[in-house]
Amino acid sequence: MGYHSIVLVKQVPDTANISGQVMKEDGTVNRALLPAIFNHEDRVALEIALQIQDNFGGTVSAITMGPPRASDVLRECLFMGADNAYLISDRKFAGADTLATSYVLSEAIKKIGNYDFIFAGRQAIDGDTAQVGPQTAEKLGIPQITYAQEIISLKENHAVIKKKIEGGYEILETALPCLITVLKDAVFPRPYKAKRVMTYKNAKTLIELEKLTEGNSLLYIDQLKYEYISKHIYINTLTMDDLKLDSERCGVAGSPTKVHKIESVVLKGNKHENIEPTKQGIGNLIDKLMEDHIFG
Amino acid sequence: MPNFFTENSDLLYQFDRLDLKEVVELTESGYNQSEKYSFAPVNYEDAIQNYKKILEVVGDISGNFIAPRAASVDEIGASFENGKVTYAKGTKESIDLLSKAELMGMILPREYGGLNFPTTIYMMAVEMISRADASLMNIFGLQDIGKTIAQFADDNLKTEYLPHFASGKFTGAMALTEPDAGSDLQAVKLSAYQDESGNWFLRGVKRFITNGNGDVLLVLARTEPGTKDARGLSMFACYGDETVKVRRIEHKLGIHGSPTCELQFNDTPAKLVGQRRFGLLKYVIYLMNRARVGIGAQSLGISQAAYEEALKYAKAREQFDKPIVQLPVISNMLIEMKINIEASRSLFYQTCVWLDKKERYEDEADKFRSEKKSLAEINEKIKEASKITAFLTPLTKLLLSESANKITYDALQIHGGTGYMKEFNIERLFRDARITNIYEGTSQMQVVAASGGAINDILADYFNAWDKKEYKGNLSYLLAHIQEMRNIYYDCLKYLKDKKDKSFHEIASKDIVEIYGSIYISYLLLAEADTDNRKIFTARRFILDSLAKALKNQETIKLELYTDILHADTILK
Repeated sequence: MGYHSIVLVKQVPDTANISGQVMKEDGTVNRALLPAIFNHEDRVALEIALQIQDNFGGTVSAITMGPPRASDVLRECLFMGADNAYLISDRKFAGADTLATSYVLSEAIKKIGNYDFIFAGRQAIDGDTAQVGPQTAEKLGIPQITYAQEIISLKENHAVIKKKIEGGYEILETALPCLITVLKDAVFPRPYKAKRVMTYKNAKTLIELEKLTEGNSLLYIDQLKYEYISKHIYINTLTMDDLKLDSERCGVAGSPTKVHKIESVVLKGNKHENIEPTKQGIGNLIDKLMEDHIFG
Repeated sequence: MPNFFTENSDLLYQFDRLDLKEVVELTESGYNQSEKYSFAPVNYEDAIQNYKKILEVVGDISGNFIAPRAASVDEIGASFENGKVTYAKGTKESIDLLSKAELMGMILPREYGGLNFPTTIYMMAVEMISRADASLMNIFGLQDIGKTIAQFADDNLKTEYLPHFASGKFTGAMALTEPDAGSDLQAVKLSAYQDESGNWFLRGVKRFITNGNGDVLLVLARTEPGTKDARGLSMFACYGDETVKVRRIEHKLGIHGSPTCELQFNDTPAKLVGQRRFGLLKYVIYLMNRARVGIGAQSLGISQAAYEEALKYAKAREQFDKPIVQLPVISNMLIEMKINIEASRSLFYQTCVWLDKKERYEDEADKFRSEKKSLAEINEKIKEASKITAFLTPLTKLLLSESANKITYDALQIHGGTGYMKEFNIERLFRDARITNIYEGTSQMQVVAASGGAINDILADYFNAWDKKEYKGNLSYLLAHIQEMRNIYYDCLKYLKDKKDKSFHEIASKDIVEIYGSIYISYLLLAEADTDNRKIFTARRFILDSLAKALKNQETIKLELYTDILHADTILK
């Protein structure tokens, strides 16, 4: 028995620790200066998948679409307990919006195949769209439950899930396979396990292995890859060609979202007014706010 | 997201400077375990990489998980009800997380679920945990109990206990102190007796037992009725089962998260660890030396935390139209703290490496003995390492715990009246620091333990060799100051020798230990300054300060300040 869970993870800029130099004058972010971290809600998603594995057995695979350095988060998934990791990376994926990303992810998931659950964080802290999970489910034609707070029960092919809605909760039952996006406080993610950290610290993607062979004529990529696979420290690496993707649906070409303009809105008060806490004072305040079209 | 490892540049600096090659080679005996354990290193570089990765994990957990819980752990504390001890919520959560992270058996052998790390690396972890929550160190730092079992107990005991220590399921305690046996452990009375089949049982009372509610207790007990000294004492391991009654836990000034228990053993079944009669002479000494090093790490962690709090406050607090950090008297206090911490850390990790060497040499000698190889060379190494650790361990415990008190005192002072209030972390750190120079041997006992090495000038060969080194730029004037300190040291020694007064000697040995210890640290810092410009300020401040203190110590001795001890009865009447 056991369940196979695939967890969608993303490496994101650490927007919680923005220092002076990171914000450029035009209001955009200098990504190179921001440390890249594991999107917290995705870590929560991985924890839920690992708890299912702890209780029912099965396997957990982590998958990310991103640039080569996104392999960092995959290693971190291995440190926590993921059995397999997949980096989906290709220069032609650059500039992808949620539509193109979900296309690539759904095709990669089809290739991995044989899954019961797909877990993802509710959203990533860089884009905050919360769209990639739902769009991936749509393309795979499977049910989706977003904003999940808890898996209440799991029996054979059915899961009962508590989902947060405005002002309360909803309890939903779903057949498997399904896609679930989770909230940040659903569970507390486990720490990296010391023995796994030491085991997988040198796990590498194909791109990283290719880097090693550059300028070293004694290393052959096939041999190196075989060595890493046999030591169980190879991170599966898939490109556009490996997945036989339609290039028109990838990257910028496949992304209808166009950023028209980025504006840095700086709210700056230049004067203040004291409002007396009386009926008259509050009435005046409301009038003023209506005048400024903040109300009404 | 503060990481107490990657964001502590001085700790990183000491990590990068570590020369653990010999220790790691011996610990990993030919790196042959990598075949069996995927996480075992394949060579020295791999081992160092492992240590660094794991210390990063510890730094993350310390900074982001444990530290935010420290204030509530202090407020709630461990509690005692109906004979049962309960940890504070934060303590329990932290132990659970550290167990899940597989960090509760860092120094245990891999075959029992441990990581097989050198003590030096483990101590870096202890330093960070202590900085986050000093009271948690008293549980995390008890890995030495498992280590003592691993070192001396038979295979059955090891298999029975160690995997549970490594997984974090068991915590331990060392039950040594009794109401009438504190600093003087030879007076231990708790009795161990055998039934007709040779099973051992324990009966008696232990007091001030840190984590006495632990699952496994190492107990020092008298096996030879009628004896009154160390030779009648043996070491036992037992479960903290229903025969071990926790009578009470103490209400303490600090380290509230750590339960300090009074235990009553009511015919508790126990197993002998190692050989009879060697309890105090061999096993407690081993355990105690490690525990003292652990308190060094705890002191250092508290000092670092206090310094960070003081610096943060001094930058934020404005008086006289500027942050108080810009006031010379305040910045001078902060510099003093920082230099003190860096000097302490330098001394501390040297002590750890020497301890690691000594223990690995001893293991090596055991191996040679069973293989009937010649022991001459390894015995020389053991002798040297033993001599040095016997001096450096008490010296480190003495200096670092006294520093922790001074640093928390000054850090509170920088906070002004605010620091006296519960709202600020420094109030807790100040209380937590106070135990460090008392338990595991008071500072006064550490002076006694270190004075032999200091009086016998055991590091002379090292000092002489370091004198001959070429130091860059104008560092040679600092070397001249160190040599001046050495002259002061010899002058004091001669004075004491001529004086032939035992009481005077005993009191003055503190001055001698201080001078000698400072000389050693001064050389360490000089070497650091020679390769790293950042350390020039550290070396300069420390060496000049040490010289000034040495001059004072010299005057204290030569002015015969202590002769009035002969009239103590009259003065204290």
